[in-house]
Amino acid sequence: MLRDTYCDLLIEHAKENKNIVLLDADLSKAGGLKRFMAAFPDRFINVGVAEANMIGIAAGLSAMGWIPFTHTFTPFATRRVCDQVTLSVAYAGLNVKMAGSDPGIAAELNGGTHMSLEDVAIMRNIPGMVIFEPVDSAQLKSVFPQILNYDGGCYIRLFRKNAVKVYEDGTEFTLGKGHVIKSGKDVTIIATGIMVSESVKAADELEKLGVSAELINIHTIKPLDTDLILNSAKKTGAVVAAENHSVVNGLGSAVAEFLSENFPVPVKRIGVRDRFGEVGKTDYLKTIMNMRAEDIVQAAQSVIKR
Amino acid sequence: MVTQKSSYLTEKAKDIRRETIKCIGNLGVGHIGGCLSVAEVLSVLYFDAMKIDPQNPKMPDRDRLIVSKGHAGPAVYAALALRGYFGVEELMTLNKNGTSLPSHCDMNKTTGIDMTTGSLGQGFSIATGMALGAKMDNLGITIYTIIGDGESQEGQIWEAAMFAGNRKLDNLVAFTDNNKIQLDGWTGEINSLHPLEDKWKAFGWHVQHVDGHNAHEISRAITCAKSAFGFPSMIILDTVKGRGAYFSDNNPDSHSMTVTEEMWRKAVAEL
Repeated sequence: MLRDTYCDLLIEHAKENKNIVLLDADLSKAGGLKRFMAAFPDRFINVGVAEANMIGIAAGLSAMGWIPFTHTFTPFATRRVCDQVTLSVAYAGLNVKMAGSDPGIAAELNGGTHMSLEDVAIMRNIPGMVIFEPVDSAQLKSVFPQILNYDGGCYIRLFRKNAVKVYEDGTEFTLGKGHVIKSGKDVTIIATGIMVSESVKAADELEKLGVSAELINIHTIKPLDTDLILNSAKKTGAVVAAENHSVVNGLGSAVAEFLSENFPVPVKRIGVRDRFGEVGKTDYLKTIMNMRAEDIVQAAQSVIKR
Repeated sequence: MVTQKSSYLTEKAKDIRRETIKCIGNLGVGHIGGCLSVAEVLSVLYFDAMKIDPQNPKMPDRDRLIVSKGHAGPAVYAALALRGYFGVEELMTLNKNGTSLPSHCDMNKTTGIDMTTGSLGQGFSIATGMALGAKMDNLGITIYTIIGDGESQEGQIWEAAMFAGNRKLDNLVAFTDNNKIQLDGWTGEINSLHPLEDKWKAFGWHVQHVDGHNAHEISRAITCAKSAFGFPSMIILDTVKGRGAYFSDNNPDSHSMTVTEEMWRKAVAEL
């Protein structure tokens, strides 16, 4: 599970880097982080059910030279503490890494209340914030040390469960740089998180239909790899963005904003269309939200026609 | 000796008050009420209690002050200038375009400011984190923080209070500027904090209650707080909002108000 990889990485790096501390707001069992507590009891701080205070304490620890990693569920990591993250962390220029687990529809049985479809939107609006959404364990392993070494606020949009493996272990990624999974010439598909595996299926399907799709994984939603997106848009002239988030102010919005200002081409966004979430398994939710591979295929065909 | 120190600190508080009235008066508007109520505690902290070095403002083992009621910035800047962190003349740039002295405290803009504050409740929570961080590092320093009574209506204050009490952060010394007035009027009428002492005691804090305009009492309370092993300390300062300027003293409209040249000159002359 991806949460186990995340915990392994924290433990591995905490052995070397004595400044790493982990904070949780009573979700360390859910986040799979109990092993860190066992390994470093003095550097694990459970603040209880008090997310605002967790961010404040993390900011204070950062001001004293520690490197705090916080964890809670995505809605509580973002919308509940929007002001604290904005001022205590970002405006103050402090170095806090904030993991939110089970983004978007992946909250599944926790349902609409826990289904944060606006966490990227909130974090995107905060100057200087880095937003990273790993596809799988290989990507998380490669990028984690770069997040650790980055001096500033970072939001890790962490899928907890068994992520569909897209990359071979050992593949190298660079924070802030997208990754071309497959080259193509007719349409660009830009995907993040759990929508990457759907997009791989979509690209294969399109190939069968005679459409050459270029598939780009954007794991760092902010800062956006605009060079890669621009060059691909110039080549294909049509773009689909797919994300497990509201289409309002997420990856698709970021891509559309950039392209409309710099190289306008037809763009379609796949994601949750301005509605709340609900209880359900991911496959069911993908279906009712029109977030399956076939929806990406249709979107690709429609942007090519425009 | 005690008398000598107290009169020195009282004199410094008067200087802080004077410079605060002048710089807000020069601008024409500002958070005069909550600035003037903390003049004495700022005097005691900057001119006596805190281990600091204005020549080395980032000294790692310095004591820290987090003014969680960040709108008291102008009074803090006056104290910093008088303590030698920057020139007193710089106070006249308060809130002017491009200034390094913004309305609310900003550690990335102002030399000597230990934490950025302004959104109420957050600075106190951060101070708790700094106290924890200092303890984990065995730094042996004290983290001081000042909160407002109105600010204490924020939930984050009590989240942090519970945490600090449970963690026995005895390197944390907090003050409540209990001036009884918030932006919209009397705190007791809007959303009373009574009984404030009992609340802090219930959260596991060592609590004292002193005259917030008496430097000697504040000094003594800090000494007592630092020997309260195993408890974070709350020193409730009984203060008067806008204390010392005829137009703001105990005025429920003094949270932020217009100050004309005539007003500030008269108030400074009366000090």
